[in-house]
Amino acid sequence: MKPGRLKQILLLTDGCSNHGEDPVVVAALARNQGITVNVIGVLDDRQSGKPQGLEEVESIAEAGGGVSQIVYQKSLSQTVQMVTRQAMTQTIQGVVNKELQEILGKKQTIEELPPEQRGEVVEVVDELGESCDLEVLVLVDTSASMHHKLPTVKEALFDLSLSLNARSGSNQFSVYAFPDPKKTITKMVGWTPELGEIHGIFSKLNSGGYTPTGPALKEALYAFAGKPLDERLRNEEDPYEETGF
Amino acid sequence: MKKQVFDLSPGSRVTGKWSGCTYTIIKKVGAGACGTVFLCRSHQGDTYALKLGEDSSRMMLEVNMLKKFSKVQGVKLGPSFVDVDDWVDVSGRTHPFYVMEYVEGTPVTEFLKGKTKDWIGILAIQLLADLENLHKAGFVFGDLKTDNLLVSGSKVRWIDVGGVTAIGRAIKEYTEFYDRGYWNMGSRKAEPTYDLFAVTMIMMEMGHPKRFEKGSHPQKALENKLASSPILKPYRRVIQQCWKGNIQNATQMKDHLSGVLMKRKSPPASSRQRRVHNKKSENVELAALTVASGVFFAVSIVSFFF
Ligand SMILES: Nc1ncnc2c1ncn2[C@@H]1O[C@H](COP(=O)(O)OP(=O)(O)OP(=O)(O)O)[C@@H](O)[C@H]1O
Repeated sequence: MKPGRLKQILLLTDGCSNHGEDPVVVAALARNQGITVNVIGVLDDRQSGKPQGLEEVESIAEAGGGVSQIVYQKSLSQTVQMVTRQAMTQTIQGVVNKELQEILGKKQTIEELPPEQRGEVVEVVDELGESCDLEVLVLVDTSASMHHKLPTVKEALFDLSLSLNARSGSNQFSVYAFPDPKKTITKMVGWTPELGEIHGIFSKLNSGGYTPTGPALKEALYAFAGKPLDERLRNEEDPYEETGF
Repeated sequence: MKKQVFDLSPGSRVTGKWSGCTYTIIKKVGAGACGTVFLCRSHQGDTYALKLGEDSSRMMLEVNMLKKFSKVQGVKLGPSFVDVDDWVDVSGRTHPFYVMEYVEGTPVTEFLKGKTKDWIGILAIQLLADLENLHKAGFVFGDLKTDNLLVSGSKVRWIDVGGVTAIGRAIKEYTEFYDRGYWNMGSRKAEPTYDLFAVTMIMMEMGHPKRFEKGSHPQKALENKLASSPILKPYRRVIQQCWKGNIQNATQMKDHLSGVLMKRKSPPASSRQRRVHNKKSENVELAALTVASGVFFAVSIVSFFF
């Protein structure tokens, strides 16, 4: 049993999208392509109460089959790592549940197994989480209100790489920022196994007053570059039009 | 990540869907990130701790760990395992739960109140003795922190085995203050040295009960905090040696700490002290670890010379 390579987009934002297509729809498309979308809403440490528009965070992750969390800056590192982990486990459990249904021929999930068998299955899931290969594309909202949070974001990404690189499975990370006036998203760091050396990142940013989360997510899908799936997508006019579900 | 706190009132009954065993809730004893723990009574009248949660996979991993350590012969690593099952509440919802030994004890910080600083060393030695066994069995504790410890009969015990990880794997659960990765002091690979770092941080916390953050120079922050605590003075060298990577396993660290406690027991005679220190000082360990009277003896002598 192998879930193969897990693919995730991790969106870090602090507000609601206000430009272009609906990010929830794009997240659903991503999920359909086997890419999980996780979203973290980053609050100011001084901020009190939930700001408006952050409900979207949950909707995007839900549609993208991922995990969402709204946190204060100071807990960002631990949250980024936890969300990524949880989404991995969730995806693997999904794969295992499907296998179970095939074997047992009825609708059966891990939770419904008797304790003895459940105990064995969770070990398998745990083992897969340790050993599977993982690709994470980090998509950072760098609109004006996020600027002063970017040093914390940088630290959290370094921390994420520290956590995941302790696993035996391989990791690939890339970092993109949005908005970008020309290309919607800007590549900050190309695919790399470690996010240790990202000093200059986020230094040259230009941000308008808009947050095109949907279009940015769609570009992020394309940016899973070099993968066969992506090649196929690129050659079509608008691959997502036909996916319709 | 959904946090659910259960409030089962005393007298409520939790019955296992698979085995039919019933437990009567006596009271709530604590709540954590993944569940609520109750004191309960079994059908036979024994009291246990019952943990009720939501995430059945995570609970099951904890159960697997508890079971594993009930099997390690002779030494007790964590509460012993009793039962695992699912409970269907009146509204028809299923909740996973498991039952384990109830550890009656005092939180470390409370226990230390009014005690001499030697207790810091003694508790650390006790903890290291358990870690020694755990590491030998091929595991690392992982999420080692004061919250996961109770002092029961003057002996420190750990209660939450949720973070226990096979050596060589990635640490999945940690708390930043005790995590060497957070302090820029190493990886999050499950190695014995990962736990040793957490032990030094538990000691640091005893010297600085308010904890502290890393700032822009994590290692410097640690050094400064270590230097500024008079309570930690005797342990300064051991802690530094651990941070430098000169202490590689629990046995070594235990011996170093025993040496510290021993050294202060004998009158100033530097050449002799060295020898005692190097001879692994098994006597000290005995005195410190076994009986309360031994501990009292050591403590009173030490405080006399200090
Ligand atoms: N076996 C036990 N005996 C006595 N008390 C216990 C036992 N297990 C847990 N407790 C109490 O219940 C509290 C919560 O338990 P535990 O730490 O296992 O929960 P958790 O959800 O794993 O928490 P976290 O992972 O956040 O530390 C503990 O702090 C402790 O006070």
